This record gives sequence, C-alpha cells and structure tokens, in this order.
Amino acid sequence: MTVAAPARRTSLFKKSRYQLALLLSVLGPGFVTAMVDNDSGGILTYSQAGARWGYLPLWTLLPITVLLIVTQEMNSRMGAVTGKGLQDLIREEFGVRATFFMMATLVVTNLTNVMAEFAGIAGSLELFSVSRYISVPICAIAVWLLVVRGTYTSVEKIFLFASLLYVTYIISAILLKPNWQESLIYSVKPKLMLDTDYIVMLIAMVGTSIAPWMNFYLQAAIVEKGVTAKEYGASRLEVIVGCIGTSVIAFFIIVACAAAIWANGPRNIDDPATAAMALKPFGKYAFLLFSAGLFNASLFAASILPLSTSYSVCEGLGFEAGVNKRFGEAPVFYWLYTLLIAIGAGVVLLPHFPLVKMILFSQVLNGILLPVVLIFMVKLINKKELMGEWVNSRFYNWVVWIAVVILIGLTLALTGITARQTWK
Amino acid sequence: VEYAIVSMRRVAAMTGEVFYFTELLGLEVFDLKGRRIGRVEDAALVPLIDPIRVDRYLVRAGWVWLTVRHDQIESLSLDGIHLRDEVLTPYHEDEYMLRIARDLLDQQIIDVNGRKVVRVTDVTFGLTRQEGGDILRALEVDIGVRSILRRVLQGWLPRRWIRTLQRIVPPNSIRWDFCNIVEPDPQRRLRLNIDYLKLESLHPADLADIVEELGPEERSAVIETLDSEVAADALSEVDPKMQVSILESLDTEKAADIVEEMAPDEAADALAELEDETSEEILQEMDVEPQSEVSELLEYREDTAGGMMNTEYVALDESATVADAMTAIRANEDVIEVLNTIFLTGPEGRLAGAVPLGKLFIAAPETPLKQLVPGTLLKISADAKQDRVTELFDKYNILTLPVVDGEDNLAGVITADDVISVLREK
Repeated sequence: MTVAAPARRTSLFKKSRYQLALLLSVLGPGFVTAMVDNDSGGILTYSQAGARWGYLPLWTLLPITVLLIVTQEMNSRMGAVTGKGLQDLIREEFGVRATFFMMATLVVTNLTNVMAEFAGIAGSLELFSVSRYISVPICAIAVWLLVVRGTYTSVEKIFLFASLLYVTYIISAILLKPNWQESLIYSVKPKLMLDTDYIVMLIAMVGTSIAPWMNFYLQAAIVEKGVTAKEYGASRLEVIVGCIGTSVIAFFIIVACAAAIWANGPRNIDDPATAAMALKPFGKYAFLLFSAGLFNASLFAASILPLSTSYSVCEGLGFEAGVNKRFGEAPVFYWLYTLLIAIGAGVVLLPHFPLVKMILFSQVLNGILLPVVLIFMVKLINKKELMGEWVNSRFYNWVVWIAVVILIGLTLALTGITARQTWK
Repeated sequence: VEYAIVSMRRVAAMTGEVFYFTELLGLEVFDLKGRRIGRVEDAALVPLIDPIRVDRYLVRAGWVWLTVRHDQIESLSLDGIHLRDEVLTPYHEDEYMLRIARDLLDQQIIDVNGRKVVRVTDVTFGLTRQEGGDILRALEVDIGVRSILRRVLQGWLPRRWIRTLQRIVPPNSIRWDFCNIVEPDPQRRLRLNIDYLKLESLHPADLADIVEELGPEERSAVIETLDSEVAADALSEVDPKMQVSILESLDTEKAADIVEEMAPDEAADALAELEDETSEEILQEMDVEPQSEVSELLEYREDTAGGMMNTEYVALDESATVADAMTAIRANEDVIEVLNTIFLTGPEGRLAGAVPLGKLFIAAPETPLKQLVPGTLLKISADAKQDRVTELFDKYNILTLPVVDGEDNLAGVITADDVISVLREK
C-alpha cells in the first residue's frame, strides 16, 4: 500500500513534543498543593506577622521553604515510585488500627479546616457587602458540584487557574509601596527576640505552612496523575518551584501588611478580613486585590480539603472512592465529602458558634497528627522493598530527620501554646 | 475441592462455627498438661497441599518462634488452642507458605465476582472437627466496616464482647474462591499456586478497571501472566497514560506479543505514546504482518484521520458478487464483530464504493456488489483533521468512514468507536 504524503512525524519533532507533553503532564499536583498551602489560615498568620512585626519575620520564609520542599519531595517521590497513596502505604505497612486513628483525626482536623475556609469566604465577601447567608451556601454548592459533576481534568484545570490568582497578593503589595530595601535585608537577616509574642508568631508561621492533609493530598495527586519513577525528575522540579512560589506569596502578604499597617502603627489583627479592611485607607485597589485573594484562597482550599479527606479515608480503610464513580457505587466517599462541606459551611452560618475556638482546636489536632504522619513517612521512604533504589540517601536522611525533629518541636510548642490560650 | 468448599460453608452456616483471623491473633496455646506455651502470631496456608485449610500456626513462645501443624491441635476455641502432642518445632521460613497476617492482611486482592480491587481487612474461617482435631478452613475475605471494627478493637476488648458488638454492623465479605491474590514475583506465584485464569473470563473493560486500580508492580504482574489476547483487549481499554507505563514495565517480547494482538490502530496509538527507542524495540519483536500495519499507522499524525483509522477492513474488487463477499467475510472471522461495511476497490486499489453489510442479506448471491452501492460515497483524506472526521460522522449519521491517501487509494477505516474515543478525550 502506498502512503502519499501523510504528515510525517520527524524524529526531532516527536522528541520535543514528547518532552513538552511530559512537563505538562506532571504539572499540577505539586503546584496546586503548594498554593493551597496559603489558605485562609495561612493568610491570617502572615497578615498578623506583618501587621505586628513589620519586615522582621521575613527571614523565616527561607527555612520554611526548605522544610516544605523536604517533606513534599518525599511525598511526590513515594507517589511516583510506589504508585500508591500515603494512606495505602500506611495501611499496608502499619495496619488497620494505625490507619483508622490517623484517618479519624484527619477527618476532625480537616472538618475544622473546612470551617476556617468557609469563614474566610464569608469574611472576604462581606468586605464586598455580600451577606454570608448568600455567599456561603452558594459557594458550598458550587464546590460540591465542581467535584461531583466535573471530571478530574477539568477540576484540575480550574485549580491550576486558581493558583494563578494568587498574583493578586503580589500586585496588592506593590501598590502599597513598601520599603523594598528593608524587606530584602530582613529576608536574609535572622532576627530573634526574647519576646513571647514574637516567638509564638514565628512558630505559628512554620505550623501553618506544613499541614498533614497536604502530605496525603500531594501523594494522591501524583499517583492519580500517573507520574512514574522515570518522570520523577520533572515532578521534583515542580514541587520545588511550587514551594518557592508559596513562600513568595507569603512574602508579599507580609510585606503588604507591613507597609500599610505596621508602618502606621503596629497592631494585632484577629482575622484576615480585618487585615484587608486595614489596607483600605492606604489604597483602594490594594484592598480590593487583597480581599479577592483571600476569597480565592479560601474557596480554593474549601474545594480541595473535603475531596482530599474523602479520598484518603476511603482508600485507607478500603471503601470505594473516586469522582469518576457514581453516588451509588461509592456511597461512603460521597457522603463523607458532602457532610464535610455541609457541616463546614453550615456552622459558619450559626450565630453563636465558637468558630475561633474550633479553628484553634484544629491547629492543635494538626500539631498532634503531623509528627505521626512525618515519622510514618520517613519510615516508609526508607523501606528498600517499597522504594528500591529510591530510598533516602544517608545524607538526605540526616536532613529529613533534622527537619522532622525541628517541625515536631515547633508544632508541639505551637500546640501547647494554642491549647493554653484556648482553655485558659 | 469445590464440593468440599460448598459443604463446608453449609456446615459453618448451620452451626455458626466461624472463627475470625483477628480472633486467632494473640490466642493462647496450651500443651498437653494445660501449661501455656505462647501466643499465635500468624497462620499459614500451603496452597499446593490444600487451598483453604490452615496448615500451620506460628506461635511466639518468649523469644522463640514455633510452628504448630494443623494435625497437632486437639481443640481450638475463643479460649485458646490445646495441643495433642508434645512436639515443638522451631519456625522455619518456607516459600510455599501463604502467611495470612504477613502476606494477605491489608493487601489488595481482586474480587473476581464483584470485578473490583479490594483491601483485605480480616479473614473468616470455618471451624470443623476432623480426625479428632479442630481444623480451620478459609471461607471468606472480609472487607468493610464490620471487619475494621474487629481489627481496631482486637486485643483491647475480650473476643466475645467484640463478637457481640460487631452485630450492629452488617457484614461485607467475599467468598474465598472469588478472591484472587496478586503476587508480583513469578517464582512465588508458582509456589503459592496463584494464577489469573479466573480473570480471563471477565469483560476486557472490567479487567482494565481492575488493572488500573492496582499498584504498578501488581499491574504489570497481572498483565504479564494473562493470555496475550486477553491482555491486549484489556490494555486497549486502559487509560493511555497507564498503557505507557505498563508497556514500559513489561519485557520487550511480552510487550510485542500483546501489541500484536491489539487492533492495529490502538496498537499504533499506544506505541506513539512511548519513547521512540522503546516503541522501536517492541516493533522489532513483532511478527511481520502486524508490524507493517502498525508502523504504517504510526506514520500519520495522531490528530488526523490517518491517526484515527485502523487497517482492519474487508475490501473486494468492484466486480465481486454477494457470494464473493460472503466468502471473504468467512475468511476474516476475527473482524466480524466490528464489521458493518464492505468496501469495493477499482484498479490500483482506488476506492470505488461501500456496501452496508445488511444489504448482503437481502440480495441474491449472484448480484454484483456494485448494484448495492448507495448513492453518495463518503470518504476522507488521511491528512484531514480530526474535527473534520467527527463532523462527517455527526452530519451523515454513519458508522464507518473510509480513509483514502493522496491517490484516492483505500488506506483504512474509521469506525464510530474511534470517534467516541476522540470525543471523550476532549
């Protein structure tokens, strides 16, 4: 048979097409996870830091970035090499009981996290004079539909687009004309003070940056994408870029609050919406962008958290899971997902619900869960029968253990302090 | 064996004598004089000897691990195991053993009947008395909330309390003979008498779903052991991204065997996703005929009509009759399931017409096929864009569309399922 002039794929063309496809195909999980890290809780912490201490806390972002990269890199490596989620590996290596209690804690923690996100949605839209009785139900239904009615690829496209919207914080900071010289100096110049409030703030910054659910989400997303050990290089790069991106956004949030609030009199703020409000006298657009950023971040995290939780729980305990399955096929999955959203959004609308206490409580639970998750992770990633040649090198193990010990120490300290404040 | 399983279950159902693996764990073992020797750590089947009977129990006695054979047991109950002899054998690792706690619990297995991948939480045994001793036989693999409850509470509450407590949750189990253990190591697979024959009767689409849910190692293990034809059918249904990783993980020879069995257009699509080197290696290993078909298809860009088409079609000379067509169809039995049009070619292979299959049945055998050709002949050039193809299918409500090259020669056929795949991907 003769083939007349079909568009022949030259080898060169195919090669470059293959590599571009490779990069695009792994782009997503790491980047999305890193961005969701700056959810409404994160924004609150960074705003507080900037408003109260100005440019001083900026130096912490550098070590935070390293810690983030170290933990997330392990998750993406495990996902790529084993092709299994973190909860699957924990179940297979540590049994049902460990998995069960870990998942139970995860559900409670993440439920309170979801509440915080919906509180962020309510707060940010109230700055635009939208009542929470309108905004919260609409967003809850939108989030629910996005996942139940959408497909994975379309959902991820929306998530990737939402990641880009974090740029609003950068623009907002630039509009506020901060002192760039000082912000750059303090980014690399560690400043320690023996002031309880200052130390608490530093710990809180680290604590909000690394949450247990992210480990589960990232690894699951890497597996779902079908990233293999061979393509892992691209994934690692993406994780690193994503973590740096997270810290860059955090930098601009701190700088914005330092320029507008701290420079005009340091003060404490209670919720992220107040921070946005405080920017208003210094720039209308900065205020608008800051509030829009908060809304985006809260909605973004509110879409991912319930989904990630339902996946982890169902896969860890062996229930059917997946957005590609119908309601009847995966009832536990969908019920859990629905309840997380319904309760998380519902309590924000209750007039006398102790929301702030719940959010603090969720931080305490985060703090209890994180060390356990991290220790499991380090143990898993060093198992030769799971990871083969991809186990940690001895040097890397040292780095990881030091990071884990620092993280555990800091989170325990934060947990202790929050617990004392909550039940004083 | 089949009869034994059935009657066993009946016995178990009648007397309610079931025993859960979680109850076995930590159960105390006593010697002839009623002295405590140790506690049960694990239990093992030896499938080559008996596929369902617990062959031996692993007992930890202080620092020592002992093996207790099934015929050493006098009685087994929630209160403990009593032995009937004094022989204590130290534990030896044995590759023919399937150890429940180590190899089965919390691992993924395939539920052949339910056509899905599940995770083992517990195992239900039937407890019977035989030759003067108590014997455990595996009846079911437990999944779901009830077994999770047992596992979580195991060791924290007395066994009898847990039995009572669990009644509030409905059971969720899979019959042992519907379970297929997944073992990546081929040596061990032989020793444990594991095969995937049961999977071969599943619908390829179900098999593909199962394969997708497994971990990468187990995935290649299953595909590797399946019959090439079954594997090819399943692989065609698997997500393209996963096709790549499966084909890469197989050794070249097996990969070539499977690709040979795939429909040429699907084989070409799968190979196109691979790196040049790997796909070249697989092509080299293939038989000449499927190889040339696939490499021809590989020449076309993926997003064109040429990239969508397959080369499995029936074409006859334009002078052929209905009887000739029938003979040709009989000779091409492997395409019969998807065949709905017969093509006519003129001199030098130029496309001359298309006859819907149904027309053959109402025409006399000696009728020339030419008379059966309907009015317009729809065709598309191999380098036409995908969108153009879907447009034609939509506009003219057709099931097949012939693809021609630059000289109007028949190059291949696009069928409705190819169009559906393209539309689904968008």
